[in-house]
Amino acid sequence: MSVALNVFTIAAVSFGAFFFLAGTVGLLRFPDTLTRLHALTKADNLGLGLIMLGLLPHVAWPFGALKLIAVWVLVLVASASASQLIARKVRDT
Amino acid sequence: MSIATIFGICAACLVGLGLYGLIAQPQPLRKILAFNILGGGIFLLFGAVARRGAAAGMGGDPVPQALVITGIVVAFSATALGVAILLRLFEETGGTSLRDTPKESQSEETNS
Amino acid sequence: MNVELVFSLGLALLILAVAGFVIVARGSFAAIVGFVAFGLMLSLAWMGLSAPDVALTESALGGGVTGALLLGACARLRRASDVEETLGLVGRGAALVLCLGVTTGLVGVVLCLPDPAPTLAPVAKQSLASTGLGNAVTATLMVYRALDTMLEKVVLLLALVAVWSLAPDRFWGGRPVFGSRQEKGGPLSFLARVLIPIGILVGIYLFWVGADAPGGAFAGGAIIAAMGILGFFAGVSAVPAVSAFRLRVALAAGVAVFLGVGLAGLAAGTGFLTYPENFAKPVIVLIEVAMTLSIGVTLALLVVGPPGESFGP
Repeated sequence: MSVALNVFTIAAVSFGAFFFLAGTVGLLRFPDTLTRLHALTKADNLGLGLIMLGLLPHVAWPFGALKLIAVWVLVLVASASASQLIARKVRDT
Repeated sequence: MSIATIFGICAACLVGLGLYGLIAQPQPLRKILAFNILGGGIFLLFGAVARRGAAAGMGGDPVPQALVITGIVVAFSATALGVAILLRLFEETGGTSLRDTPKESQSEETNS
Repeated sequence: MNVELVFSLGLALLILAVAGFVIVARGSFAAIVGFVAFGLMLSLAWMGLSAPDVALTESALGGGVTGALLLGACARLRRASDVEETLGLVGRGAALVLCLGVTTGLVGVVLCLPDPAPTLAPVAKQSLASTGLGNAVTATLMVYRALDTMLEKVVLLLALVAVWSLAPDRFWGGRPVFGSRQEKGGPLSFLARVLIPIGILVGIYLFWVGADAPGGAFAGGAIIAAMGILGFFAGVSAVPAVSAFRLRVALAAGVAVFLGVGLAGLAAGTGFLTYPENFAKPVIVLIEVAMTLSIGVTLALLVVGPPGESFGP
């Protein structure tokens, strides 16, 4: 059982890391700010979600798991607001 | 080569980098940034010493860690004061140069 | 050469690379963004050094709040005339030699540290039970070295008074101006309305859990300060005037309670800043409550700055 959990963790974290890599490649290669924002927020939120999912089997249930999920939701809220602010600044100039 | 040694050497290099930035950067805001990097390096050196003192079931010696926590807060307040002084200097003179301009000191002499 | 060592080596090299970028970057804005990343990676290094309390404080203060402070200063200084005096080639060479010497000396110190390392950990652990705390770092801050912590609170207060004293005479006692004009329903005010209650809760939780687990008054206070800065910047809460009485009470509360407990110990005959036997933990929690409030308010006001007139957009 624990072997299956470890395999699940490694797979989920690896996929999450791949999404982070994809987001970084998008940041470096896309032509302007709005497309870079799109690459960053899509990839990083999904990447963080997968990493969080992979770490869930290893923390104390329920409060540890709830804290991890709360971290992910807070990062979603903060990065969404920050992207909106940057995009509005770009649109207004 | 343990973790403490790796981060200790990293801390030494950070101190060197920060010191170079503090001396060589002309703008005061960049000097403040370099000063913060210098501080981070010194704290990391404390951290390496604390890590080596791991004993009695703890991961590190708690006394240097407590000193570093105090140090981080005090370094931040020093940075805030430095930034406030810099902004006041900018409001008064319109620039961030730290040098006295010869014109201003001459006019002060004629006025007083 | 196990995985942990390889990861630590990679992290150390990354930290040096980002610090080098901060020193040599062309524009101030890029340098400050690099500095925020540097602060966050430094907190990872603290986790690698098994110091979670320090990691929490570093990521909240060194990464977040200092970055906000410096970005605000960079925005205001954008109209400043460029500084002409740069160090000549000889000066830079001399600085380089000096810094290489300092680095080499410190590397020598690191490599020649005594083995086995002297440590106060067993001593700290011995007295932990009588303090009622479970976290040795909190015990060191609040019990063994309580005088240092109290004096540090005084230093924070003095720094704030010094920042306030930089206001021009005509604005003394007024309101600091902070943040640009924000639209009412915009993303920043949404973020503030959602994040501030959660952030204050997290700050209080960090302070409360710091008695037995990593956390403590400084980490909790730094997060509350960050929430305060967010509220001021988003316009959801007004920046208090410098002369407001309740503000000054909140600022002085940390030092006042600490000093009061210390003098009570002196009056009880056991000495300055000694806690009563078997009653230490409630007294420590009382001091920490006042400390967290004071630290949060002081740090937020340090970022906001002295009273003055509004600058242009």
